[in-house]
Amino acid sequence: MTSASDSLPTATDDFLKGLWRENPVLVQVLGTCPTLAVSNSVRNALAMGLATLFVLIASNAAIAALRKFIPSQVRMASYILVIATFVSIVDYAIQAISLDVHKALGAFIPLIVVNCIILGRAEAFASKNTVGRSLLDGAGMGLGFCLTLLLLGSVREILGSGSLLGIELFGPSYQDWVIMVLPSGGFFTFGFWLLFFNWWKKRRLGRAGRVAALTGAA
Amino acid sequence: MSDQSLWTVFLNASLVNNFVLAYFLGICPFLGVSNKIETAARMGGAVTFVMLITSVFVTGLNALLAAIDAPYLGLISYIAVIASAVQLVEMFIKKTSPALFRALGIYLPLITTNCAILALALFQTNRGYGFLQGIVFALAGGAGFTLALVLMAGVREKLGLAEVPDVVKGTALGLILAGILSVAFMGFAGLGG
Repeated sequence: MTSASDSLPTATDDFLKGLWRENPVLVQVLGTCPTLAVSNSVRNALAMGLATLFVLIASNAAIAALRKFIPSQVRMASYILVIATFVSIVDYAIQAISLDVHKALGAFIPLIVVNCIILGRAEAFASKNTVGRSLLDGAGMGLGFCLTLLLLGSVREILGSGSLLGIELFGPSYQDWVIMVLPSGGFFTFGFWLLFFNWWKKRRLGRAGRVAALTGAA
Repeated sequence: MSDQSLWTVFLNASLVNNFVLAYFLGICPFLGVSNKIETAARMGGAVTFVMLITSVFVTGLNALLAAIDAPYLGLISYIAVIASAVQLVEMFIKKTSPALFRALGIYLPLITTNCAILALALFQTNRGYGFLQGIVFALAGGAGFTLALVLMAGVREKLGLAEVPDVVKGTALGLILAGILSVAFMGFAGLGG
C-alpha cells in the first residue's frame, strides 16, 4: 500500500469510511434502537458509544481471525456467540467501573448483542478481510457510531435539560423542553438530523451537478 | 418474584411502556416493514409468537442457570434460544405461506436481532416475572409491537397518496411520524399504575 489508488482501499480508507461516507447510523440507518434509547444525555451517549466501540473492534478482530475456521452454514450463530461473549465482558466491566452508568443504561448494554451494526460488520467485512483491516474497520465504524450518538445526545441534553455533561448552560430562567428527553424527542431529533444531512448532501450534489453542466457546456 | 397483577403487566407492556414507542425496541422492523397494514400485522404475529416461545424457555433457563450457578451465561443462552425459535418460525411460514415469506424478506431471519425479543428476556429476568406473568408479558409486548407497526403502516399507506418533498422521503419522515405516534402514546402514562 505505497500509493493511494482509487480502486484499492487503503488503511486510512478502511478507518475513515465509517466516520462519514458509510456512517453506520446516518447513512446505513443501522443500530437505531440504542441510538434513540440512550441519547437523552451526553454522558449516557458516550458510555454507550464507547461500549459499542469496544465490542465492535474486539468482535471484528476475533471473527476475522477465525474466519477460516467458521463453516459458512453456522456463521451467523457463531458470530452472535462471539459478540455475546464480548458484550458480557463489557457488561461486567461497566458494572465494576460505574454502577450509576450501568443503571442509567439498563438493559441496553446486554442489548448491544443485537445491535445490527456489529453483526453487519462481521458479515460484510470481518468475514472477508484480514485481522488488521477488520480492526481499522471496527474502529472507524465504532467511532462513527459514537459521534452520531454524541450529536443526538448533545442536542437532546441541551434542549431537554438546559445542560451539557451535567453543567448548566442557560441559568435558572431556562424552561426545559421536557419532550426532548422523552422517547418522542429521540425520534424527532434523529429525524431532524437525517433531514439536515439529506438536505446537505442534496445541496452538494446539486452544486456538483451545476459545475459539471457548466464545464460540459464550455 | 414480582407481585404485579397480570392485568397491570399487560397494560404496562402493551400501552404505557410500549416496546417500540417508549423503549425504542425493534425500530428496524418498525421502519422496515411498515409499508402495508397486512404485512405489518403478520410481522407482528411472527414476533409475538417468537416472544411467547422465548418467554417460556427463559423461565426454564433462569431456573437452570440459577441451579448451576452461572448467571454470566444468561445472555448467550437467551440468544441461542431466540435464534432457534426464529428458525422454527421461518420454516413454518415458508411451508404455510410462501407469499408472506417473500413479503417479509430479510426481516424474517432478522427477528433474531430484533432487540424487542432479547429485551423481553432481559426485562422478564430483571423484574422477576414468574411463568404466567412472563407469558402475559410476552403477549402484551407482542400486542404492543403489532399495534405500533399497524398504526405506522396505516399512516404510511395514506401518506403514499400525498406529495412529499424529496429531502423528507424515507427514514427521516418515518422517524418524525414515529415521534408523533410516541407523543400520542404518552397519553397512556399513568394508566394501570
